[in-house]
Amino acid sequence: MEFPFLSIIALSPIVAAIIILMMPKERGENARMLALAAMILGLVLSIFVYIAYNQNLPAAGTAWADTLMFVEEHGWIPSIGINYILGVDGLSATLVLLTALVGLGGVLISWSIDDRPREFFAFFMLLVAGVHGVFMAVDGFVLFFFYELAVLPMYILIVIWGWKVSREYAAMKLTLYLLIGSFISFIAFLVLYFTPVDGGAALQTFDLRIWAEANFPFNVQVLWFLPLFMGFAILAGVFPFHNWSPDGHVAAPTAVSMIHAGVLMKLGAYASMRVGIQILPEGTVYWMPFVILLTTINVVYGSLVAMRQRDMKYLIGYSSVSHMGLVSMGFATLSLTGFTGAGIQMVSHGIMTALFFSVVGMIYDRAHSRSMDELSGMVKVLPWTAVAFILGGLVSMGMPGLSGFIAEFPIFLGVWQGGSLNLSGAAFGLNPANFYPIIAMVSVLAIVITAAYILRAVGTVFFGEYFAEKWHDMRPLLAIDKFTLVMFSVCLIVIGVVPSVIAPIVQAGMAPVVERIHDAQQAVTVLDTIQTAAANLFVWLGGA
Amino acid sequence: MTPDIPRSWVLALAPEISLVILLLAVFLFDRLVKPTERRRVGLLTAWGAFAILLLTVGIWLVGGEPSTQTGLADSLMWGGMIRSDGVSLVFKLMFLVALAASSLISLDVERLQRGEFFALLIAATLGFSLMAASADLIMLYVALETASISSYILAGFATEDRKSAEAGMKYFVYGAFATSVMLYGMSLIYGITTQTNLYLVGSMVMNASSIPAEANAVLLLAAVMIVAGFGFKISAVPFHFWTPDIYEGAPTPFVGFVSTASKAAGFAVFLRVFSAGIFGAPDSSSMWWAMLVAMAIITMTLGNFVAIFQKNIKRMLAYSSIAQAGYAMIGLVTMSPDGSGATMFYLLMYLFTNIALFGVVMLVGKETNSVEMDSFNGLSRRSPHLALVMLFALLSLSGIPPTAGFFGKFFIFKAAVDAGLWWLALVGILNAFVALYYYLNVVKCMYLYRSDEEDKPIPVSRAVKVGLAVLIFFVLYLGVFAGPAFEWTREAAGAFFALAG
Repeated sequence: MEFPFLSIIALSPIVAAIIILMMPKERGENARMLALAAMILGLVLSIFVYIAYNQNLPAAGTAWADTLMFVEEHGWIPSIGINYILGVDGLSATLVLLTALVGLGGVLISWSIDDRPREFFAFFMLLVAGVHGVFMAVDGFVLFFFYELAVLPMYILIVIWGWKVSREYAAMKLTLYLLIGSFISFIAFLVLYFTPVDGGAALQTFDLRIWAEANFPFNVQVLWFLPLFMGFAILAGVFPFHNWSPDGHVAAPTAVSMIHAGVLMKLGAYASMRVGIQILPEGTVYWMPFVILLTTINVVYGSLVAMRQRDMKYLIGYSSVSHMGLVSMGFATLSLTGFTGAGIQMVSHGIMTALFFSVVGMIYDRAHSRSMDELSGMVKVLPWTAVAFILGGLVSMGMPGLSGFIAEFPIFLGVWQGGSLNLSGAAFGLNPANFYPIIAMVSVLAIVITAAYILRAVGTVFFGEYFAEKWHDMRPLLAIDKFTLVMFSVCLIVIGVVPSVIAPIVQAGMAPVVERIHDAQQAVTVLDTIQTAAANLFVWLGGA
Repeated sequence: MTPDIPRSWVLALAPEISLVILLLAVFLFDRLVKPTERRRVGLLTAWGAFAILLLTVGIWLVGGEPSTQTGLADSLMWGGMIRSDGVSLVFKLMFLVALAASSLISLDVERLQRGEFFALLIAATLGFSLMAASADLIMLYVALETASISSYILAGFATEDRKSAEAGMKYFVYGAFATSVMLYGMSLIYGITTQTNLYLVGSMVMNASSIPAEANAVLLLAAVMIVAGFGFKISAVPFHFWTPDIYEGAPTPFVGFVSTASKAAGFAVFLRVFSAGIFGAPDSSSMWWAMLVAMAIITMTLGNFVAIFQKNIKRMLAYSSIAQAGYAMIGLVTMSPDGSGATMFYLLMYLFTNIALFGVVMLVGKETNSVEMDSFNGLSRRSPHLALVMLFALLSLSGIPPTAGFFGKFFIFKAAVDAGLWWLALVGILNAFVALYYYLNVVKCMYLYRSDEEDKPIPVSRAVKVGLAVLIFFVLYLGVFAGPAFEWTREAAGAFFALAG
């Protein structure tokens, strides 16, 4: 048996959490150290996994099941087709690394938490474990299990250590939104589990490798794609289900905001792609021209709302909605270019928001304010944060030479190319050929708006006059704070300058998915079944 | 002439016989023990229940009784009065666990430290396990009354507390009414078929030629009446009105017992009677099926929505237990071995979860003299481990991993989707989120709100600690390794459908 890298990455935080919870009350210091150790272990192993995968990229055209590496397979409830299967493809290896990175940053940034540190680090560890597990899961049930595991600690972390004004409301809202979404997806899982495939028997398995090869009947795909995709996409902040997210960001303590915006929202995008798009490609082709409209609203409306915010955390929260909209938009391009862009955007945005939130957290710890009306001239006392924030801002507006550009450019390119897709039978008669270029032009506007709000925030908060008498607690940054900022900044620059560290591996991860969509497109165009889709649907609904 | 009683007949009743012996032992011990050491009575009960548990498991594993391979005819024993199959085994073990756990958490409640309390608990357990095993309407009725009458007294056991007296009285009046309606329904069945054995009745009814078509209406009437009796036991809407009052007034450890064991026994007979087909083939073509589906939906929805507004934690848990009965009914209405197995698993996990929950409620209530929601404020600072037990129990009730409740809901919904009832699963899931809201509110009280008593930890005796630790261990264990337990209940549930083939 191979060395279980992935299980160790995913389960070591859980072990750490259990040990931490069993410690006596007085040993908060040890909880911190243990959490740090678990995170460092995870980071080292995930760097190894990433590099190992990068050196062995599968050739183009390989089936998804064969692109998986580090596969571990154990029976869980074998009689009903549930197995504990972990494995990584290019995309998940990248996201696992991202999670480890942000998790480490989160532990460092919450080093000085003093209210019940044991519980804080224990639940934080559970959260990280859940996120890791989702990215590695090759079994739908395992994916779902870890997903649920990740959501609940969020509630407790926000409600106990969050911002006093809105934490109760925001935590409850977040939890209900995410769990309802995921459970609706899960009903779709169960329906697929019992759906006969290719005229034969039902698959009766949750193994995603088998599902990724299966051809579900067209009407089932059309009917269940939206519940399956949207249920998870809620976590990615898709319009109109985005509004738990800014509230959640604002109420959460810094480390949790980082995980939340940096990794958890990717969880939604990743899961909706892995189970929604990959399993139901024909449903994807049918619905995506409609979904892209929602994501356009995400992108443009999110940035417009961000423009109105005076609270730094709300600003970043809405900018996250806007940027995550770009990820879903990348999926909606139905092309490899767009998908690759979306994958890189997940990473880039993850690191960028983690950076943003750590900056805001550091300022808030000292100034006890996040309001752009009150803060000014911060560059004089906290120059490191200013540099980091400006760097993050440049990434977010897609400056060439930084990771944001590498991510956003392919997405817009993909949308533009989408103009050549002729899918006359898509949902509501929306043919990509007619409107994708317009979408591309409209959504590029968001970059301009982003530039406006970021530059304004930089101008008011960091520059301008500094009123020393107004602030009483302006202690300098700790070494670990600086280390966190540098760690994230370096990643952003490296991806921007040397995109080859990430682009090929993400592309390798996305290729099988796109392959599947292409087959579906051809099937759909050749058979011309799509025209009768609506009729089929009603027959199925009525006659079921 | 010496009566020739097969070995398996005796083995099948061995746990019940031992329960009777334990009951007598408890009475005797209660007279002998010094007034200062009365808690030993409870310890004896707990150890006794544990020993009987081991005995039952031993008979099953070593003696091979009951075996799932046995055919229907061979599993009917004692003149067709009881049936010894996987189902009766599963439920028997559940009741014994409930008995042991409830006596552990009742140990330290001073006013319950009396032989009668534990003797009645044992008598109720005896009734429950005979209920689960009964294959005959008469046996079923007698067993149900044994359990019920003990429960009525237990609910009113804290005589100096007016609420407890009220609870006992209400429980009795409602219960007597419900069982008498049920008895009338049973007499109708007898009138049509002249049989009382469930499986004889079932094969007659499902064999169309042996029953005149006009009798179908009477059968439906009988179904409604019998559902009234069973619905009372499982606290399904509209037979739930007793639940909040009894939960609020009765002694807390007993509430833990009645909410799990009594509900499980109710489901056992519910499943047994309906799957035997005494009202017609157990599938969605029967008329009573739509009634049960409607009941399931209304039960979970009403339970959950009313629970939101409760300020008293025992009342909240009462409505929550009504809602939980609704979920378990989803498994029941699928009328398949999968669904029934899922319901049995659900009851199993509910047992561990709810007794742990009521254990913590009992401890907190005893210390603060209140079971309002705000008596839980600051519990995580006061006694972090109790708060953790409560947290996991609540997560299990709301169906969040890594707790048993997650798998409980999963198996139920899976069975529902398998039977083509995905809309019913959807209703169940949406309901689970309403429930999540009020469960999280308790979590919020424990973890977020402050109280003045934070530096006074809640005293927990060793027996209760062990009890809670074991219960919560199983909640978490079944939350990860649910497979074997589910296999077990599913295989057992196959016995329900022995007639339907």
